[in-house]
Amino acid sequence: MVEIRNLTVAYGAVTALHKISLTVNAGEIVTLIGGNGAGKSTTLRAISGLIRPRSGKIMYQGTDVTGVPAHELVARGLSHCPEGRLVFANLTVDENLRLGAYLQRDRKRIAEELDFVLTLFPRLSERTTQLAGTLSGGEQQMLAIARALMSQPRCLLLDEPSLGIAPLLVKSIFDQIVALNRTRGLTILLVEQNANLALEISHRGYVLETGRIILSDHAAALRSNPDVQEAYLGA
Amino acid sequence: MLPRSQIVLLISLITAGIISASSSRIDDYILDVILGIGINIILAVSLNLINGFTGQFSLGHAGFMAVGAYAAGTLTTGPGKVWFDASGASPALLFPFVLFAGGLTAAVVGLAVGAPSLRLKGDYLAIVTLGFGEIIKVILQNIEWLGGSRGMVGIPSYTSFFWCFGAAAVTIYAAWALVNSTLGRGFLAVADDEIAAEAMGLNTTRYKIIAFVTGAFFAGIAGGLYAHLKGYISPAGFDFNKSIEIVVMVILGGMGRHVGVVIAVVLLTVLSEKLRDFGDKRMIVYSALLILLMLTRPQGLFTWKPARKAITG
Ligand SMILES: Nc1ncnc2c1ncn2[C@@H]1O[C@H](COP(=O)(O)OP(=O)(O)OP(=O)(O)O)[C@@H](O)[C@H]1O
Ligand SMILES: [Mg+2]
Repeated sequence: MVEIRNLTVAYGAVTALHKISLTVNAGEIVTLIGGNGAGKSTTLRAISGLIRPRSGKIMYQGTDVTGVPAHELVARGLSHCPEGRLVFANLTVDENLRLGAYLQRDRKRIAEELDFVLTLFPRLSERTTQLAGTLSGGEQQMLAIARALMSQPRCLLLDEPSLGIAPLLVKSIFDQIVALNRTRGLTILLVEQNANLALEISHRGYVLETGRIILSDHAAALRSNPDVQEAYLGA
Repeated sequence: MLPRSQIVLLISLITAGIISASSSRIDDYILDVILGIGINIILAVSLNLINGFTGQFSLGHAGFMAVGAYAAGTLTTGPGKVWFDASGASPALLFPFVLFAGGLTAAVVGLAVGAPSLRLKGDYLAIVTLGFGEIIKVILQNIEWLGGSRGMVGIPSYTSFFWCFGAAAVTIYAAWALVNSTLGRGFLAVADDEIAAEAMGLNTTRYKIIAFVTGAFFAGIAGGLYAHLKGYISPAGFDFNKSIEIVVMVILGGMGRHVGVVIAVVLLTVLSEKLRDFGDKRMIVYSALLILLMLTRPQGLFTWKPARKAITG
Protein backbone atom coordinates (compact mmCIF):
# COMPACT_ATOMS: atom_id res chain seq x y z
CA MET A 1 0.00 0.00 0.00
CA VAL A 2 2.88 2.34 0.85
CA GLU A 3 6.27 1.86 -0.68
CA ILE A 4 9.20 4.20 -0.39
CA ARG A 5 12.40 3.85 -2.36
CA ASN A 6 15.73 5.51 -1.64
CA LEU A 7 14.08 8.37 0.16
CA THR A 8 16.30 11.23 1.23
CA VAL A 9 14.85 14.05 3.28
CA ALA A 10 16.74 17.07 4.57
CA TYR A 11 15.88 20.06 6.72
CA GLY A 12 18.17 22.71 5.29
CA ALA A 13 21.68 21.40 5.68
CA VAL A 14 20.67 18.59 8.04
CA THR A 15 19.95 15.33 6.27
CA ALA A 16 17.36 13.49 8.35
CA LEU A 17 16.86 10.44 6.12
CA HIS A 18 19.52 8.81 3.96
CA LYS A 19 18.08 6.80 1.09
CA ILE A 20 15.71 4.71 3.13
CA SER A 21 13.36 2.15 1.60
CA LEU A 22 10.41 0.46 3.22
CA THR A 23 7.15 -1.19 2.35
CA VAL A 24 3.82 -1.42 4.12
CA ASN A 25 1.44 -3.94 2.59
CA ALA A 26 -2.31 -3.52 2.66
CA GLY A 27 -3.80 -4.82 5.91
CA GLU A 28 -0.51 -4.78 7.79
CA ILE A 29 0.55 -3.07 10.97
CA VAL A 30 4.16 -2.05 10.56
CA THR A 31 6.21 -0.45 13.30
CA LEU A 32 9.09 1.95 12.92
CA ILE A 33 11.37 1.92 15.92
CA GLY A 34 14.42 4.01 16.64
CA GLY A 35 15.94 6.41 19.11
CA ASN A 36 15.26 10.12 19.40
CA GLY A 37 16.04 12.00 16.25
CA ALA A 38 16.39 8.82 14.19
CA GLY A 39 14.01 10.21 11.60
CA LYS A 40 10.80 8.34 12.38
CA SER A 41 8.52 11.37 12.37
CA THR A 42 10.32 12.66 9.31
CA THR A 43 9.49 9.43 7.49
CA LEU A 44 5.80 9.81 8.29
CA ARG A 45 5.81 13.48 7.32
CA ALA A 46 7.37 12.65 3.98
CA ILE A 47 4.82 9.93 3.26
CA SER A 48 1.85 12.15 4.13
CA GLY A 49 3.17 14.99 2.02
CA LEU A 50 3.87 17.43 4.85
CA ILE A 51 7.46 17.73 3.71
CA ARG A 52 8.98 17.30 0.29
CA PRO A 53 11.73 14.73 -0.02
CA ARG A 54 15.02 15.77 -1.55
CA SER A 55 15.19 12.62 -3.63
CA GLY A 56 13.67 9.18 -3.86
CA LYS A 57 10.21 7.95 -4.57
CA ILE A 58 7.01 7.44 -2.58
CA MET A 59 4.34 5.12 -3.93
CA TYR A 60 0.84 4.95 -2.50
CA GLN A 61 -1.65 2.39 -3.76
CA GLY A 62 0.51 1.76 -6.76
CA THR A 63 0.88 5.36 -7.91
CA ASP A 64 3.78 7.72 -7.50
CA VAL A 65 2.79 10.37 -4.95
CA THR A 66 6.18 12.00 -4.43
CA GLY A 67 5.60 15.72 -3.92
CA VAL A 68 1.81 15.41 -3.77
CA PRO A 69 0.56 17.79 -1.05
CA ALA A 70 -0.96 16.41 2.15
CA HIS A 71 -4.51 17.53 1.48
CA GLU A 72 -4.68 15.54 -1.72
CA LEU A 73 -3.42 12.41 -0.03
CA VAL A 74 -6.04 12.69 2.70
CA ALA A 75 -8.64 12.64 -0.04
CA ARG A 76 -7.10 9.39 -1.26
CA GLY A 77 -7.44 7.72 2.12
CA LEU A 78 -4.08 8.43 3.73
CA SER A 79 -4.36 9.92 7.18
CA HIS A 80 -1.56 11.16 9.40
CA CYS A 81 -1.94 11.51 13.14
CA PRO A 82 1.02 13.77 13.89
CA GLU A 83 3.38 13.58 16.85
CA GLY A 84 2.64 15.79 19.84
CA ARG A 85 -1.11 15.53 19.30
CA LEU A 86 -1.54 18.88 17.57
CA VAL A 87 -5.23 19.16 18.28
CA PHE A 88 -6.90 22.49 17.50
CA ALA A 89 -6.81 23.88 21.01
CA ASN A 90 -9.32 26.68 20.43
CA LEU A 91 -11.91 24.46 18.82
CA THR A 92 -14.25 22.09 20.59
CA VAL A 93 -13.85 18.32 20.53
CA ASP A 94 -16.78 18.10 18.16
CA GLU A 95 -15.30 20.71 15.81
CA ASN A 96 -11.93 18.98 15.88
CA LEU A 97 -13.55 15.73 14.86
CA ARG A 98 -15.56 17.37 12.12
CA LEU A 99 -12.40 18.96 10.75
CA GLY A 100 -11.04 15.44 10.44
CA ALA A 101 -13.89 14.74 8.03
CA TYR A 102 -13.36 18.01 6.23
CA LEU A 103 -13.29 16.47 2.78
CA GLN A 104 -16.39 14.40 3.41
CA ARG A 105 -19.43 16.22 2.05
CA ASP A 106 -22.01 13.58 2.95
CA ARG A 107 -23.50 14.59 6.29
CA LYS A 108 -24.88 11.15 7.00
CA ARG A 109 -21.48 9.54 6.65
CA ILE A 110 -19.92 12.21 8.86
CA ALA A 111 -22.53 11.46 11.54
CA GLU A 112 -21.87 7.72 11.23
CA GLU A 113 -18.16 8.18 11.50
CA LEU A 114 -18.61 10.51 14.46
CA ASP A 115 -20.67 7.83 16.18
CA PHE A 116 -18.04 5.26 15.40
CA VAL A 117 -15.07 7.18 16.84
CA LEU A 118 -17.05 8.22 19.88
CA THR A 119 -17.88 4.61 20.68
CA LEU A 120 -14.21 3.85 20.17
CA PHE A 121 -13.27 6.54 22.67
CA PRO A 122 -16.21 6.96 25.06
CA ARG A 123 -14.31 9.52 27.11
CA LEU A 124 -14.54 11.91 24.20
CA SER A 125 -18.29 11.53 23.85
CA GLU A 126 -18.75 13.06 27.29
CA ARG A 127 -16.70 16.06 26.23
CA THR A 128 -17.83 16.98 22.74
CA THR A 129 -18.45 20.64 23.58
CA GLN A 130 -15.26 21.11 25.59
CA LEU A 131 -12.40 23.07 24.04
CA ALA A 132 -9.70 20.64 22.94
CA GLY A 133 -7.01 22.71 24.63
CA THR A 134 -8.60 21.98 28.01
CA LEU A 135 -8.55 18.19 27.57
CA SER A 136 -6.03 16.15 29.50
CA GLY A 137 -2.97 14.93 27.64
CA GLY A 138 -4.37 11.44 27.20
CA GLU A 139 -7.73 12.75 26.07
CA GLN A 140 -6.01 14.98 23.53
CA GLN A 141 -4.19 11.97 22.18
CA MET A 142 -7.46 10.07 21.84
CA LEU A 143 -8.91 13.08 20.08
CA ALA A 144 -5.97 13.22 17.69
CA ILE A 145 -6.41 9.56 16.80
CA ALA A 146 -10.19 9.87 16.54
CA ARG A 147 -9.79 12.92 14.33
CA ALA A 148 -7.40 11.08 12.05
CA LEU A 149 -10.00 8.32 11.72
CA MET A 150 -12.74 10.75 10.77
CA SER A 151 -11.49 10.96 7.22
CA GLN A 152 -12.18 7.20 6.92
CA PRO A 153 -8.63 6.37 5.96
CA ARG A 154 -7.44 3.19 4.34
CA CYS A 155 -3.97 3.83 5.65
CA LEU A 156 -3.13 5.47 8.96
CA LEU A 157 0.23 6.93 9.91
CA LEU A 158 0.36 7.02 13.67
CA ASP A 159 3.14 8.94 15.41
CA GLU A 160 3.75 7.98 19.05
CA PRO A 161 0.18 7.42 20.20
CA SER A 162 1.35 6.45 23.69
CA LEU A 163 3.33 9.62 24.35
CA GLY A 164 2.60 10.93 27.84
CA ILE A 165 -0.25 8.56 28.50
CA ALA A 166 -0.94 6.41 31.52
CA PRO A 167 -0.01 2.73 30.93
CA LEU A 168 -3.54 1.51 31.36
CA LEU A 169 -4.80 3.90 28.73
CA VAL A 170 -1.98 3.00 26.38
CA LYS A 171 -3.17 -0.55 26.54
CA SER A 172 -6.69 0.51 25.64
CA ILE A 173 -5.52 2.70 22.77
CA PHE A 174 -3.43 -0.13 21.38
CA ASP A 175 -6.39 -2.48 21.66
CA GLN A 176 -8.36 -0.05 19.55
CA ILE A 177 -5.59 0.14 16.99
CA VAL A 178 -5.57 -3.63 16.65
CA ALA A 179 -9.35 -3.69 16.44
CA LEU A 180 -9.29 -1.15 13.60
CA ASN A 181 -6.79 -3.24 11.77
CA ARG A 182 -8.78 -6.45 12.23
CA THR A 183 -12.29 -5.16 11.63
CA ARG A 184 -11.72 -2.49 9.03
CA GLY A 185 -8.61 -3.84 7.43
CA LEU A 186 -6.95 -0.51 8.20
CA THR A 187 -3.31 -0.46 7.19
CA ILE A 188 -1.18 1.13 9.89
CA LEU A 189 2.34 2.48 9.96
CA LEU A 190 3.14 2.99 13.61
CA VAL A 191 5.94 4.95 15.23
CA GLU A 192 6.38 4.16 18.86
CA GLN A 193 8.92 4.64 21.63
CA ASN A 194 7.34 1.79 23.50
CA ALA A 195 8.83 -0.73 21.08
CA ASN A 196 7.82 -3.73 23.10
CA LEU A 197 4.16 -2.95 22.96
CA ALA A 198 4.32 -1.82 19.34
CA LEU A 199 6.03 -4.98 18.14
CA GLU A 200 3.51 -7.04 20.07
CA ILE A 201 0.68 -5.83 17.87
CA SER A 202 2.66 -5.46 14.61
CA HIS A 203 3.22 -7.81 11.73
CA ARG A 204 6.59 -6.40 10.80
CA GLY A 205 9.00 -3.74 11.92
CA TYR A 206 11.87 -1.56 10.75
CA VAL A 207 14.66 -0.21 12.90
CA LEU A 208 15.81 3.29 12.03
CA GLU A 209 19.09 4.70 13.28
CA THR A 210 20.32 8.21 12.46
CA GLY A 211 18.38 8.35 9.25
CA ARG A 212 19.16 4.86 7.99
CA ILE A 213 17.24 1.61 8.17
CA ILE A 214 19.55 -0.86 9.82
CA LEU A 215 17.18 -3.77 10.29
CA SER A 216 13.84 -5.05 9.13
CA ASP A 217 12.06 -8.26 10.00
CA HIS A 218 8.89 -9.86 11.25
CA ALA A 219 7.83 -8.41 14.56
CA ALA A 220 8.43 -11.62 16.46
CA ALA A 221 11.91 -11.96 15.02
CA LEU A 222 12.76 -8.37 15.96
CA ARG A 223 11.56 -8.96 19.48
CA SER A 224 13.87 -11.89 19.90
CA ASN A 225 16.82 -10.19 18.21
CA PRO A 226 19.43 -9.59 20.94
CA ASP A 227 20.63 -6.29 19.44
CA VAL A 228 17.11 -4.94 19.29
CA GLN A 229 16.43 -6.21 22.78
CA GLU A 230 19.43 -4.44 24.13
CA ALA A 231 18.92 -1.16 22.30
CA TYR A 232 15.15 -0.74 22.26
CA LEU A 233 13.40 -3.26 24.42
CA GLY A 234 15.29 -2.54 27.59
CA ALA A 235 16.27 -6.16 28.07
CA MET B 1 -38.34 33.35 7.00
CA LEU B 2 -34.86 34.77 6.81
CA PRO B 3 -32.18 33.57 9.22
CA ARG B 4 -31.69 35.86 12.18
CA SER B 5 -28.33 37.18 11.00
CA GLN B 6 -29.85 38.33 7.72
CA ILE B 7 -32.69 40.05 9.54
CA VAL B 8 -30.12 41.90 11.65
CA LEU B 9 -28.34 42.94 8.46
CA LEU B 10 -31.58 44.16 6.93
CA ILE B 11 -32.50 46.16 10.02
CA SER B 12 -29.01 47.70 10.07
CA LEU B 13 -29.35 48.73 6.44
CA ILE B 14 -32.77 50.28 7.00
CA THR B 15 -31.51 52.12 10.09
CA ALA B 16 -28.54 53.40 8.10
CA GLY B 17 -30.95 54.62 5.44
CA ILE B 18 -33.16 56.42 7.95
CA ILE B 19 -30.22 58.11 9.69
CA SER B 20 -28.77 58.97 6.31
CA ALA B 21 -31.95 60.73 5.25
CA SER B 22 -31.68 63.11 8.17
CA SER B 23 -27.89 63.36 8.24
CA SER B 24 -27.97 66.98 7.09
CA ARG B 25 -29.03 67.85 10.61
CA ILE B 26 -25.79 66.43 12.03
CA ASP B 27 -22.88 68.83 12.44
CA ASP B 28 -20.48 68.51 9.47
CA TYR B 29 -17.41 67.84 11.55
CA ILE B 30 -19.14 65.24 13.68
CA LEU B 31 -20.60 63.55 10.62
CA ASP B 32 -17.13 63.43 9.14
CA VAL B 33 -15.80 61.69 12.24
CA ILE B 34 -18.74 59.29 12.29
CA LEU B 35 -18.23 58.33 8.65
CA GLY B 36 -14.53 57.89 9.42
CA ILE B 37 -15.56 55.40 12.07
CA GLY B 38 -17.66 53.50 9.54
CA ILE B 39 -14.72 53.27 7.15
CA ASN B 40 -12.40 52.15 9.91
CA ILE B 41 -14.90 49.48 10.94
CA ILE B 42 -14.74 48.05 7.42
CA LEU B 43 -10.95 48.15 7.50
CA ALA B 44 -10.57 46.59 10.93
CA VAL B 45 -13.22 43.90 10.52
CA SER B 46 -11.74 42.83 7.19
CA LEU B 47 -8.19 42.81 8.56
CA ASN B 48 -9.47 40.75 11.46
CA LEU B 49 -10.35 37.98 9.00
CA ILE B 50 -6.68 37.77 8.08
CA ASN B 51 -4.83 38.67 11.28
CA GLY B 52 -7.38 37.46 13.79
CA PHE B 53 -9.31 34.49 12.52
CA THR B 54 -6.78 33.01 10.15
CA GLY B 55 -3.74 33.87 12.25
CA GLN B 56 -1.72 35.47 9.48
CA PHE B 57 -0.06 38.83 9.84
CA SER B 58 -0.70 41.44 7.20
CA LEU B 59 0.87 44.88 7.46
CA GLY B 60 -0.39 46.21 4.16
CA HIS B 61 -4.06 46.93 4.63
CA ALA B 62 -3.61 50.64 3.83
CA GLY B 63 -2.10 49.55 0.52
CA PHE B 64 -5.29 47.73 -0.47
CA MET B 65 -7.28 50.69 0.72
CA ALA B 66 -5.19 52.86 -1.62
CA VAL B 67 -5.83 50.54 -4.54
CA GLY B 68 -9.58 50.69 -3.91
CA ALA B 69 -9.53 54.44 -3.43
CA TYR B 70 -7.63 55.08 -6.63
CA ALA B 71 -9.64 52.56 -8.65
CA ALA B 72 -12.91 54.12 -7.50
CA GLY B 73 -11.53 57.64 -7.94
CA THR B 74 -10.44 56.80 -11.46
CA LEU B 75 -14.03 55.93 -12.34
CA THR B 76 -15.70 59.02 -10.92
CA THR B 77 -12.96 61.61 -11.29
CA GLY B 78 -10.09 60.27 -13.35
CA PRO B 79 -10.16 58.94 -16.91
CA GLY B 80 -13.26 56.86 -16.17
CA LYS B 81 -15.30 59.98 -15.63
CA VAL B 82 -16.10 60.19 -19.34
CA TRP B 83 -17.80 56.84 -19.19
CA PHE B 84 -19.36 57.67 -15.86
CA ASP B 85 -20.98 60.83 -17.24
CA ALA B 86 -21.94 59.27 -20.54
CA SER B 87 -23.92 56.52 -18.84
CA GLY B 88 -26.49 59.12 -17.88
CA ALA B 89 -27.41 57.21 -14.74
CA SER B 90 -27.54 59.05 -11.47
CA PRO B 91 -24.29 59.02 -9.51
CA ALA B 92 -26.08 57.70 -6.46
CA LEU B 93 -27.07 54.65 -8.47
CA LEU B 94 -23.62 54.11 -9.92
CA PHE B 95 -21.72 54.62 -6.69
CA PRO B 96 -22.16 51.07 -5.33
CA PHE B 97 -20.74 49.73 -8.59
CA VAL B 98 -17.83 52.13 -8.30
CA LEU B 99 -17.16 50.87 -4.78
CA PHE B 100 -17.46 47.28 -5.94
CA ALA B 101 -14.98 47.94 -8.75
CA GLY B 102 -12.58 49.39 -6.19
CA GLY B 103 -12.98 46.33 -3.99
CA LEU B 104 -12.51 43.99 -6.91
CA THR B 105 -9.32 45.74 -8.02
CA ALA B 106 -7.96 45.51 -4.49
CA ALA B 107 -8.90 41.82 -4.37
CA VAL B 108 -7.04 41.10 -7.61
CA VAL B 109 -3.98 42.92 -6.32
CA GLY B 110 -4.42 41.02 -3.05
CA LEU B 111 -4.33 37.74 -4.91
CA ALA B 112 -1.14 38.74 -6.72
CA VAL B 113 0.52 39.84 -3.48
CA GLY B 114 -0.80 37.09 -1.24
CA ALA B 115 -0.60 33.98 -3.38
CA PRO B 116 3.19 33.62 -3.49
CA SER B 117 3.83 34.43 0.16
CA LEU B 118 0.87 32.51 1.60
CA ARG B 119 2.23 29.31 0.10
CA LEU B 120 4.97 29.48 2.68
CA LYS B 121 4.55 28.91 6.37
CA GLY B 122 5.96 31.53 8.67
CA ASP B 123 6.10 35.28 8.80
CA TYR B 124 6.70 35.95 5.14
CA LEU B 125 3.34 37.63 4.74
CA ALA B 126 4.26 40.39 7.19
CA ILE B 127 7.41 41.18 5.24
CA VAL B 128 5.78 40.99 1.83
CA THR B 129 2.77 43.12 2.80
CA LEU B 130 5.05 45.63 4.47
CA GLY B 131 6.95 45.92 1.20
CA PHE B 132 3.74 46.02 -0.80
CA GLY B 133 2.45 48.99 1.21
CA GLU B 134 5.56 50.97 0.35
CA ILE B 135 5.72 49.86 -3.27
CA ILE B 136 2.11 50.75 -4.03
CA LYS B 137 2.78 54.21 -2.63
CA VAL B 138 5.79 54.70 -4.91
CA ILE B 139 3.89 53.37 -7.91
CA LEU B 140 0.98 55.75 -7.32
CA GLN B 141 3.37 58.66 -6.84
CA ASN B 142 4.73 58.00 -10.30
CA ILE B 143 1.53 57.62 -12.25
CA GLU B 144 0.94 61.06 -13.67
CA TRP B 145 -2.66 60.56 -14.82
CA LEU B 146 -3.58 59.62 -11.25
CA GLY B 147 -2.14 62.87 -10.01
CA GLY B 148 1.29 61.60 -9.03
CA SER B 149 2.41 62.60 -5.58
CA ARG B 150 0.07 65.60 -5.67
CA GLY B 151 -2.80 63.14 -5.48
CA MET B 152 -6.25 63.11 -6.99
CA VAL B 153 -8.42 66.12 -6.27
CA GLY B 154 -12.02 67.08 -6.83
CA ILE B 155 -13.50 63.70 -6.09
CA PRO B 156 -17.27 64.11 -5.72
CA SER B 157 -18.64 63.44 -2.24
CA TYR B 158 -20.87 60.46 -2.84
CA THR B 159 -20.10 58.82 0.48
CA SER B 160 -23.28 59.22 2.47
CA PHE B 161 -24.09 57.80 5.85
CA PHE B 162 -26.08 55.07 4.16
CA TRP B 163 -23.32 53.85 1.84
CA CYS B 164 -20.74 54.05 4.58
CA PHE B 165 -22.61 52.17 7.28
CA GLY B 166 -24.44 50.01 4.77
CA ALA B 167 -21.05 48.81 3.57
CA ALA B 168 -19.88 48.42 7.18
CA ALA B 169 -22.95 46.31 7.99
CA VAL B 170 -22.37 44.15 4.93
CA THR B 171 -18.71 43.73 5.86
CA ILE B 172 -19.56 42.63 9.39
CA TYR B 173 -22.24 40.31 8.08
CA ALA B 174 -19.90 38.81 5.47
CA ALA B 175 -17.12 38.33 8.01
CA TRP B 176 -19.52 36.80 10.48
CA ALA B 177 -21.08 34.46 7.94
CA LEU B 178 -17.69 33.43 6.62
CA VAL B 179 -16.27 32.65 10.03
CA ASN B 180 -19.32 30.61 10.99
CA SER B 181 -19.30 28.56 7.82
CA THR B 182 -17.36 25.40 7.04
CA LEU B 183 -14.84 27.68 5.42
CA GLY B 184 -14.51 29.58 8.69
CA ARG B 185 -13.76 26.43 10.60
CA GLY B 186 -10.91 26.02 8.14
CA PHE B 187 -9.69 29.55 8.96
CA LEU B 188 -9.72 28.81 12.68
CA ALA B 189 -7.92 25.52 12.14
CA VAL B 190 -5.20 27.23 10.13
CA ALA B 191 -4.80 29.82 12.87
CA ASP B 192 -4.67 27.13 15.52
CA ASP B 193 -2.20 24.76 13.94
CA GLU B 194 -1.23 24.90 10.32
CA ILE B 195 0.57 21.56 10.24
CA ALA B 196 -2.32 19.73 11.85
CA ALA B 197 -4.75 21.45 9.50
CA GLU B 198 -2.67 20.31 6.56
CA ALA B 199 -2.61 16.78 7.94
CA MET B 200 -6.41 16.88 8.18
CA GLY B 201 -6.65 17.38 4.47
CA LEU B 202 -7.12 21.14 4.50
CA ASN B 203 -5.46 22.97 1.69
CA THR B 204 -4.14 25.60 4.08
CA THR B 205 -2.80 27.81 1.30
CA ARG B 206 -6.28 28.04 -0.16
CA TYR B 207 -7.84 29.10 3.13
CA LYS B 208 -5.19 31.69 3.77
CA ILE B 209 -5.65 33.11 0.29
CA ILE B 210 -9.44 33.22 0.60
CA ALA B 211 -9.18 35.12 3.89
CA PHE B 212 -6.52 37.44 2.53
CA VAL B 213 -8.28 38.26 -0.73
CA THR B 214 -11.61 38.80 1.04
CA GLY B 215 -9.85 41.15 3.46
CA ALA B 216 -8.26 43.04 0.56
CA PHE B 217 -11.63 43.32 -1.18
CA PHE B 218 -13.27 45.05 1.75
CA ALA B 219 -10.23 47.27 2.29
CA GLY B 220 -10.72 48.35 -1.32
CA ILE B 221 -14.36 49.19 -0.60
CA ALA B 222 -13.23 51.24 2.39
CA GLY B 223 -10.77 53.03 0.11
CA GLY B 224 -13.52 53.97 -2.33
CA LEU B 225 -15.67 55.31 0.49
CA TYR B 226 -12.73 57.23 1.89
CA ALA B 227 -11.95 58.86 -1.46
CA HIS B 228 -15.54 59.98 -1.92
CA LEU B 229 -15.73 61.23 1.64
CA LYS B 230 -12.58 63.35 1.71
CA GLY B 231 -12.76 64.47 -1.91
CA TYR B 232 -9.00 64.23 -2.12
CA ILE B 233 -6.55 61.34 -1.98
CA SER B 234 -2.79 61.19 -2.16
CA PRO B 235 -0.37 58.26 -1.95
CA ALA B 236 1.07 59.60 1.31
CA GLY B 237 -2.32 59.21 2.98
CA PHE B 238 -2.09 55.43 2.70
CA ASP B 239 1.22 54.93 4.41
CA PHE B 240 2.59 52.49 6.92
CA ASN B 241 1.10 54.50 9.77
CA LYS B 242 -2.39 53.91 8.43
CA SER B 243 -1.73 50.15 8.21
CA ILE B 244 -0.45 50.12 11.75
CA GLU B 245 -3.48 52.07 12.91
CA ILE B 246 -5.73 49.30 11.58
CA VAL B 247 -3.54 46.59 13.10
CA VAL B 248 -3.78 48.35 16.46
CA MET B 249 -7.56 48.42 16.21
CA VAL B 250 -7.66 44.70 15.56
CA ILE B 251 -5.28 43.88 18.40
CA LEU B 252 -6.99 46.26 20.79
CA GLY B 253 -10.35 44.75 19.95
CA GLY B 254 -9.03 41.28 20.58
CA MET B 255 -7.97 39.37 17.50
CA GLY B 256 -10.67 37.15 16.17
CA ARG B 257 -13.60 38.98 17.77
CA HIS B 258 -16.09 41.06 15.84
CA VAL B 259 -17.73 43.14 18.56
CA GLY B 260 -14.50 43.99 20.36
CA VAL B 261 -12.99 45.22 17.12
CA VAL B 262 -15.92 47.51 16.42
CA ILE B 263 -15.67 49.01 19.91
CA ALA B 264 -11.92 49.48 19.50
CA VAL B 265 -12.46 51.26 16.20
CA VAL B 266 -14.90 53.73 17.72
CA LEU B 267 -12.62 54.39 20.65
CA LEU B 268 -9.44 54.77 18.62
CA THR B 269 -10.99 56.90 15.91
CA VAL B 270 -12.31 59.32 18.52
CA LEU B 271 -9.02 59.20 20.42
CA SER B 272 -7.02 59.93 17.30
CA GLU B 273 -9.30 62.89 16.56
CA LYS B 274 -8.62 64.21 20.06
CA LEU B 275 -4.88 63.66 19.58
CA ARG B 276 -4.84 65.58 16.32
CA ASP B 277 -3.32 68.60 18.09
CA PHE B 278 -0.26 66.55 18.95
CA GLY B 279 0.48 66.01 15.26
CA ASP B 280 3.34 63.62 14.75
CA LYS B 281 3.40 62.63 18.39
CA ARG B 282 0.16 60.81 17.80
CA MET B 283 2.08 57.82 16.56
CA ILE B 284 4.10 57.75 19.77
CA VAL B 285 0.91 57.46 21.76
CA TYR B 286 -0.29 54.75 19.42
CA SER B 287 2.93 52.77 19.74
CA ALA B 288 2.99 53.14 23.49
CA LEU B 289 -0.59 51.94 23.64
CA LEU B 290 0.23 48.92 21.52
CA ILE B 291 3.24 47.92 23.62
CA LEU B 292 1.35 48.40 26.85
CA LEU B 293 -1.47 46.28 25.54
CA MET B 294 0.77 43.45 24.39
CA LEU B 295 2.30 43.34 27.84
CA THR B 296 -0.83 43.57 29.92
CA ARG B 297 -3.66 42.18 27.85
CA PRO B 298 -2.42 40.03 25.00
CA GLN B 299 -5.98 38.81 24.52
CA GLY B 300 -7.18 42.32 23.67
CA LEU B 301 -8.82 45.08 25.61
CA PHE B 302 -12.43 44.28 24.97
CA THR B 303 -12.58 40.57 25.55
CA TRP B 304 -14.78 40.13 28.51
CA LYS B 305 -15.35 36.49 27.70
CA PRO B 306 -13.50 33.82 25.78
CA ALA B 307 -13.76 34.04 22.02
CA ARG B 308 -15.89 30.99 21.90
CA LYS B 309 -17.90 29.51 24.65
CA ALA B 310 -16.56 26.40 26.25
CA ILE B 311 -18.78 24.25 28.35
CA THR B 312 -16.85 22.84 31.23
CA GLY B 313 -17.62 19.75 33.19
N1 LIG C 1 11.75 21.20 11.23
C1 LIG C 1 13.00 20.74 11.39
N2 LIG C 1 14.07 21.53 11.11
C2 LIG C 1 15.33 21.08 11.25
N3 LIG C 1 15.64 19.85 11.66
C3 LIG C 1 14.64 19.01 11.95
C4 LIG C 1 13.27 19.41 11.84
N4 LIG C 1 12.50 18.37 12.21
C5 LIG C 1 13.33 17.38 12.54
N5 LIG C 1 14.63 17.74 12.39
C6 LIG C 1 15.80 16.91 12.63
O1 LIG C 1 15.70 15.74 11.85
C7 LIG C 1 16.12 14.61 12.58
C8 LIG C 1 15.02 13.57 12.63
O2 LIG C 1 13.93 14.10 13.36
P1 LIG C 1 12.58 13.30 13.61
O3 LIG C 1 11.60 14.23 14.19
O4 LIG C 1 12.20 12.61 12.37
O5 LIG C 1 13.05 12.24 14.70
P2 LIG C 1 12.23 11.11 15.43
O6 LIG C 1 12.84 9.82 15.06
O7 LIG C 1 10.79 11.29 15.20
O8 LIG C 1 12.58 11.43 16.95
P3 LIG C 1 11.67 11.38 18.27
O9 LIG C 1 11.63 9.96 18.69
O10 LIG C 1 12.44 12.18 19.26
O11 LIG C 1 10.35 11.95 17.94
C9 LIG C 1 16.52 15.14 13.96
O12 LIG C 1 17.90 15.26 13.97
C10 LIG C 1 15.85 16.47 14.06
O13 LIG C 1 16.61 17.34 14.84
MG1 LIG D 1 9.22 11.83 16.32
